[in-house]
Amino acid sequence: MLLGTDVTQVEAWRKLQEKLTAASVTDRSALLHRRANDTRSDVVRMIDHAGQGHIGGDFSVTDILTVLFNGVLRIDPNDPQKAGRDRFVLSKGHCAAALYATLASCGYFSPDELLTFMGPLSALNGHPNRNKVPGVETNTGPLGHGLPVAVGQALAAKLAGNGARVFAVMGDGEMQEGSNWEALMTGAHYGLDNLTAVVDRNRLQQGARTEDTSSLDPLDEKLLAFGWELRIIDGHDYEQLAAAFKPSSTGKPVAVIANTTKGKGVSFIEDRVEWHHKVPSTEQVVLALEELA
Amino acid sequence: MSTTTTTPGLYDNRTAFADELIQLARTDDRIVAVCNDSVGSSNLVAFRDEFPDRLINVGIAEQNMVGVGAGLASAGYIPFVCAAGPFLTGRSLEQVKADVAYSQHPVILCGMSPGMAYGELGPTHHSVEDFSWLRALPGLDIVVPADRLQTRQAVQQAVASPRPMYIRVGRHKVPDVSPAGSVLERGHFQTLREGTDVTLIGTGTLVSRAVEAAELLAADGLSVRVLNAAYIAPLDVASIVAAAEETGAIITAEEGNVAGGLGAAVASVVSQLGRDARVPVRILGLTEFAPTGSTDFLLDHFGLTPAHLAAAARDARTNG
Repeated sequence: MLLGTDVTQVEAWRKLQEKLTAASVTDRSALLHRRANDTRSDVVRMIDHAGQGHIGGDFSVTDILTVLFNGVLRIDPNDPQKAGRDRFVLSKGHCAAALYATLASCGYFSPDELLTFMGPLSALNGHPNRNKVPGVETNTGPLGHGLPVAVGQALAAKLAGNGARVFAVMGDGEMQEGSNWEALMTGAHYGLDNLTAVVDRNRLQQGARTEDTSSLDPLDEKLLAFGWELRIIDGHDYEQLAAAFKPSSTGKPVAVIANTTKGKGVSFIEDRVEWHHKVPSTEQVVLALEELA
Repeated sequence: MSTTTTTPGLYDNRTAFADELIQLARTDDRIVAVCNDSVGSSNLVAFRDEFPDRLINVGIAEQNMVGVGAGLASAGYIPFVCAAGPFLTGRSLEQVKADVAYSQHPVILCGMSPGMAYGELGPTHHSVEDFSWLRALPGLDIVVPADRLQTRQAVQQAVASPRPMYIRVGRHKVPDVSPAGSVLERGHFQTLREGTDVTLIGTGTLVSRAVEAAELLAADGLSVRVLNAAYIAPLDVASIVAAAEETGAIITAEEGNVAGGLGAAVASVVSQLGRDARVPVRILGLTEFAPTGSTDFLLDHFGLTPAHLAAAARDARTNG
């Protein structure tokens, strides 16, 4: 493991957790929105510095990550390998920058590391590596890998009877990978009600809209037909996200279709296919940081 | 010269595999098995009957199967992921790369009925590319037990190892070749016969054939070293260098394609030695998709017999 815990940052994260617990619904959403946009600002700076990255998908998944790591996942950034912890798998590994900024905000490692993103010998590779970055549970990058691993982790929690929950986030384009549908069958067959699969449904993939490439719809009917409890939400609404991440109510694994906007948070990046992995210019960086401030 | 204990008879290594797995699972509840509808062909019926909750059958879905194994390993279990070799390594190669080798989740990948064990079923069902594919993945041990004893020891080592491992679990029946009391050592070839004129390196089904070839050559008055390459990765470079320095030629034999397999690994070491240490190498294995035939027929067809090994040794010594 190349990176270690940032104790000061963990303390800051803990204080935020206390605030969130005590806050009203409105205040909680405001706090999470601030946290999410700080993460987006980190991502802008990382991608600006590295000269590469996947800003569109980073921004669509940021609110999902923010809610998971602030009140949902039972984790301890001071003890990343703690037995019986909840697990998170970012199957859409190309959005590593958003994950790194989120993990750093929890204190898994120092936020000072973020600007090493994709630099020579950095722990922060373009796709996450569990042996280098604390908080990463499995190496991802090739699509369609995260959900089967999450199924295995959920099976392990069932066998151990430790009550651990497992969350995996897939891009919607990624649902074109057959391995996801194999894993969906296994999750339903074994009644993995401790498993939540989130689809970041921003409707864009690298080259075009999903529905113009290889149609996913009716995605809801497909997930239901595969035997999962389905929740369809606005993936940028913090209260809806928190509700969607509550445990299964049916004994089935939970699928969440989080309807999102690719590039969410910066007007000129939102919902534009070219921003899959476009890098903002110097002027655009300034504008983006202003919008996110 | 070490003594080789040969028990009369031929054995399917899957039986030793299943017996050892069940024995260890009785005292270690971290051990689970994952398979792709191959409960029968992976010889897991008895395991399922004794540990029904610890046999996870994901159905005919090999990519998912390897990912599920990685998830189980990441959460502290010791998963033996069992499937016919070609589907385990071919269909799931990217999962083996990313989820197992690169992630370093300590999964035990069990390539059942490898090589040309499925004879007449043809090349789709032969696992003869596994060495080539998996040798390119850093951090993945590749183990090829030659007989029942080594199969049991491989299972024991897999449970104790913190690293991922691929084991070829043979179906084609083979005789016992390991000396009594011998121990399978990670990253080491096992010396079955000492010699100074030529070295025969076999793996899996080819080990007993190399021993027989040595007898043929000994009848010609040659002093033959026989090495059992039970570990292909990590590679026993020291034994290869010693064979080059101490014997006049090296013959390798494997039930696999010659492109990137055991022989290629040995040749790579030898070719990088100094001029005085280099020796002739002959690589026996498959060079094309197999025609129709039984396993024994195909082993003969591709020249993987004691007579062919002996002929290759004579040729290397005569022609360099």
